[in-house]
Amino acid sequence: MKRTITRLLVANRAEIASRVFRTCRALGIETVAIHSDADAALPYVREADHAVRLPGSAPSDTYLRIDLVVDAARRSGADAVHPGYGFLSENAEFARAVVDAGLIWVGPAPESIEAMGSKIRAKELMQAAGVPVLEAPASPTEADLPLLVKASAGGGGRGMRVVRRLEDLAGEVAKAEAEALSAFGDGTVFVEPYVERGRHVEVQVVGSVVFGERDCSLQRRHQKVVEEAPAPNLPEEVRTALHEAARKAAEAIDYRGAGTVEFLYDPATERFWFLEMNTRLQVEHPVTELVHGVDLVKLQIASAEADWYMGWTDPPTGHAIEVRLYAEDPAADYQPQSGTLTTFEIPREDGIRVDAGFESGSEVSTHYDAMLAKVIAHAPTREQAARKLASVLSRARIHGLVTNRDLLVSILRDPTFLAGEVSTDFLGGFETGLRPSSTTDSAVAAAIALAERATQARTVQRGIPVAWRNVVPQPQRTVFEEATVEWFGGSAGYAVDGHEVVAASPTEVTLETDGVRTTYSIAVHGAAVDVDSARGHVRLTRVPRFVDPAEQVASGSLLAPMPGTVVSVAVEAGQRVEAGQPVLVLEAMKMQHTVSAPHSGVVSEIDVKPGAQVAAGEVLAVVEPELEEVGE
Amino acid sequence: MSNREAMLEKLADLDAEHAKAVAGGGEKYVDRHHARGKLLPRERIELLVDEGSAFLELSPLAAWGSDFPVGASVVTGIGVIEGVECMITANDPTVKGGASNPWTVKKIFRASQIAEENGLPTVSLVESGGADLPTQKEIFIPGGKLFRDITRSSARKEPTIALVFGNSTAGGAYVPGMSDYTVMVKEQAKVFLGGPPLVKMATGEESDDESLGGAEMHARTSGLADYLAEDELDAIRIGRRIVARLNWRKATAPPARWVEPDEDPDGLLDLIPTDLKEPFDPREVIRRICDGVSETNGVVFDEFKPLYGTSLVTGWGRLHGRPIGILANAQGVLFSEEAQKATQFVQLANQTDTPLLFLHNTTGYMVGKEYEQGGIIKHGAMMINAISNSTVPHLSVIMGASYGAGNYGMNGRAYDPRFLFTWPSAKSAVMGPKQLAGVLEIVARQSAEAKGQEFDAEGFQGVKEIVEAQIEEQSMPYFLSGMLYDDGVIDPRDTRTILAICLSVIENKPIVGTDRFGVFRP
Repeated sequence: MKRTITRLLVANRAEIASRVFRTCRALGIETVAIHSDADAALPYVREADHAVRLPGSAPSDTYLRIDLVVDAARRSGADAVHPGYGFLSENAEFARAVVDAGLIWVGPAPESIEAMGSKIRAKELMQAAGVPVLEAPASPTEADLPLLVKASAGGGGRGMRVVRRLEDLAGEVAKAEAEALSAFGDGTVFVEPYVERGRHVEVQVVGSVVFGERDCSLQRRHQKVVEEAPAPNLPEEVRTALHEAARKAAEAIDYRGAGTVEFLYDPATERFWFLEMNTRLQVEHPVTELVHGVDLVKLQIASAEADWYMGWTDPPTGHAIEVRLYAEDPAADYQPQSGTLTTFEIPREDGIRVDAGFESGSEVSTHYDAMLAKVIAHAPTREQAARKLASVLSRARIHGLVTNRDLLVSILRDPTFLAGEVSTDFLGGFETGLRPSSTTDSAVAAAIALAERATQARTVQRGIPVAWRNVVPQPQRTVFEEATVEWFGGSAGYAVDGHEVVAASPTEVTLETDGVRTTYSIAVHGAAVDVDSARGHVRLTRVPRFVDPAEQVASGSLLAPMPGTVVSVAVEAGQRVEAGQPVLVLEAMKMQHTVSAPHSGVVSEIDVKPGAQVAAGEVLAVVEPELEEVGE
Repeated sequence: MSNREAMLEKLADLDAEHAKAVAGGGEKYVDRHHARGKLLPRERIELLVDEGSAFLELSPLAAWGSDFPVGASVVTGIGVIEGVECMITANDPTVKGGASNPWTVKKIFRASQIAEENGLPTVSLVESGGADLPTQKEIFIPGGKLFRDITRSSARKEPTIALVFGNSTAGGAYVPGMSDYTVMVKEQAKVFLGGPPLVKMATGEESDDESLGGAEMHARTSGLADYLAEDELDAIRIGRRIVARLNWRKATAPPARWVEPDEDPDGLLDLIPTDLKEPFDPREVIRRICDGVSETNGVVFDEFKPLYGTSLVTGWGRLHGRPIGILANAQGVLFSEEAQKATQFVQLANQTDTPLLFLHNTTGYMVGKEYEQGGIIKHGAMMINAISNSTVPHLSVIMGASYGAGNYGMNGRAYDPRFLFTWPSAKSAVMGPKQLAGVLEIVARQSAEAKGQEFDAEGFQGVKEIVEAQIEEQSMPYFLSGMLYDDGVIDPRDTRTILAICLSVIENKPIVGTDRFGVFRP
């Protein structure tokens, strides 16, 4: 039965909502966005023809509420629902509710979702269809190590744990169960062999038509970071076999629409095993779109309208690489970041696709995934795509939040990555190749831009040279947390040791250092000073000249690293603690963070109780340091 | 040696003299002060003024050539605090504990005169052990004016703020005492009339510093301290916040636009001859300090009466967008025509409320029978009358010579220009050393002859040399600056910037010319 979609609601947010809207516009389909309170100002809400507010911000109050989403579709007059990825995209109950409401579900049949939803059941199905699967050891022994504990209902790496010692197994299973229960509402976990240097290769299907494969081996905490198509260094017979296995998998469940069959591939033995099937559009779908010249969302919509899909694929053209730009701090164990994305400018150039959910000035909230954008490069060869992508990323201006940008650039320029020899544990031993010298130079540029800024903001004595003195007692000092810059002003211009200031304005400074000229662009947002140049992005934090003592916090104060909820408090006031001893646990951005004592001492203050909501920077507790006896 | 080389040598020398002032009491005392966690006066000032703003230090060479260290143990100058131009004074505690000597007092007097004439708020950074007792006779009686000036400033609605970093005892206690706002640094400020020994002697009472004059006591008990600062930085922070709340409004809005000079000010170094007998064209100086041609400034310098009294150049220009009238010596000597031209020009500036700039390079009024008979005295007197009674702000720069009554006519120190700066090339005296020695010789010869004695010309040669050397030394800029006869010796290349700062400072008060002069004898 052929149906026509006229108004489509995307039951999702940010990047993927924008992505689906783009195709809708191309097809002439009206669009409906749903948004939580926290997301009200994001670009995708404005892009949509209609928007429905879901009160609240927590996913459980908004994007995960089947009743509200279906009601939003009904109220907005939508006749179809696209689930995006994540949230309710693989929730069969939701798919049924949509269908029951008389709406078109842009996705596979609810039965297919159910069939693949339980990883344990999916494995059994695949095994029956003749697709290779990893055998779960019934009672694991030392020989089976290492093992991987996985949540049956999981995704995105949550609830996944590697076990290397048999005695850890029970504990890790318990933790995974707890995490899975909290994240997915289903605590079922299973154990399978962990392939040490395995690669993650997945095959895109629409219906049972195969659209090539993607390599998503580069992961952190089992979450994909870099994805590409086609998979590098894949023997042709393996590729063919993979495609065939994926086709069989799709056929086995009479699959409709876009889906992805994920495999674990062991390059050492050239064997692969079925991992799971994602019954939705993948985050990394753009690399397939670029090399195959297709619009997968369009195919999804066509499948939904026609209830089936018959098509063909051309062989891939060139190579596409996608990176996921996250608001997270790789140096601090990938801690998610929240706050204002003051500047967000990624060069839009030939061969570059940017699927972004945010723009300059957007708030990145604590409630959802911290992915800011996907940046995808398409070029004739893998090397060219990597080089182009690294270049675009390094030139992007991203201010306000710490991101994994530098890490991504380093990965894209890494010889091992360029050789196509990346396994899922690659990032475990990866060091970002950042050039530290740029901090000093960037700080010099920032100091001068700040001086220019102050000079232009003058209300009196405008036009008098910056920091002019007739008697020069000392240099001017501009202090950042990261570096201190000493400089002189005056009629003859700036004088900074080791640098020649060629040009200066509040936003751009050109320095000549060792005979090389570099232009730095500077953006100031409160105390944060972001410096971009060909040498990379450096974020500096200005140390204020003066601090009101009344606003200073007692030393030894433990501050909330981010907004969140206090899960547990491990100490009592008056208790003696060692440096590094956990004081309390905070849950933020769906992850638990342990706040530890900065030094040995006595807990003089506990300001929070379990369950308390805390803001970033709030004092949680105070540990008074022990005074060490120092002999004369 | 080229003019430039000679000037650069003088400037290097000037830097060395300034370095002496900056060095304060020397490394040992500076280190000791730092070791106590305290800041030097200039470090305090650097933190007090707005970031990237200018600080025009005044009289940095005060006490040069005296028995006291260069700088006179106090730093004074004009800085911008929260967008407000303030007179800042800061004791240098590394020099004899910041004790005031006679030059300290004179330097502070000069600072408060500038504050008064230009209507500036004053911020005093106090840390002084009081008067230098061996010279108390020169300080005690005139020194009372310090406190009088503070309260008169307050009465003129020019607020006074004292940030007390350390000792401020006995008479010094009246600095915070008289100030409108007082900030004291915890565990550092000590403000009392009499310390524990004096109290013990006077009344037998046992006491300690903290209970007699500690910051906590003054903030909580006596009420002398309006603010208690945690530390020096906090005191400076509070000081800035006080200024931010003064609701300060200047009398004149700043100009919007101008362009830099058409000629590079750097060329001033080539311009000044090593021998002051060689005249130079002051128009070359004017082109290097006045605004260049722009949409709002059609001509750099509109010369007035260019064909009359050509030894003195007069005319109109702009400096950082502000209109000024300029009087500059072109040929050294002032004749009757020049004096009459100057008189008229000063009146014109008063008619249009235009500030005046005097560029000195004069050897004085012409002497000789013809000129005396032509009325050089009455014409010179007219010029002095005009500049004495003129009420528009005057700025003076001594570029070269400033001799004799020419110094007066060109608005020398005694005629109270708002600001007076000297180039390192300058010399100033009643007359040139050679001339003075020559005059002495003639007088001595006449005296000998009158007594019927033989004049020992050879013997007098020695006297002449000594006199010449002494006058030469006393005509030099450091010496005059040490005497506080100027507000500082400056790099000629900074002239434009300094004059611009001065013109901006002047705008804190309305500029009103007069039509009332003394009786002219035309």
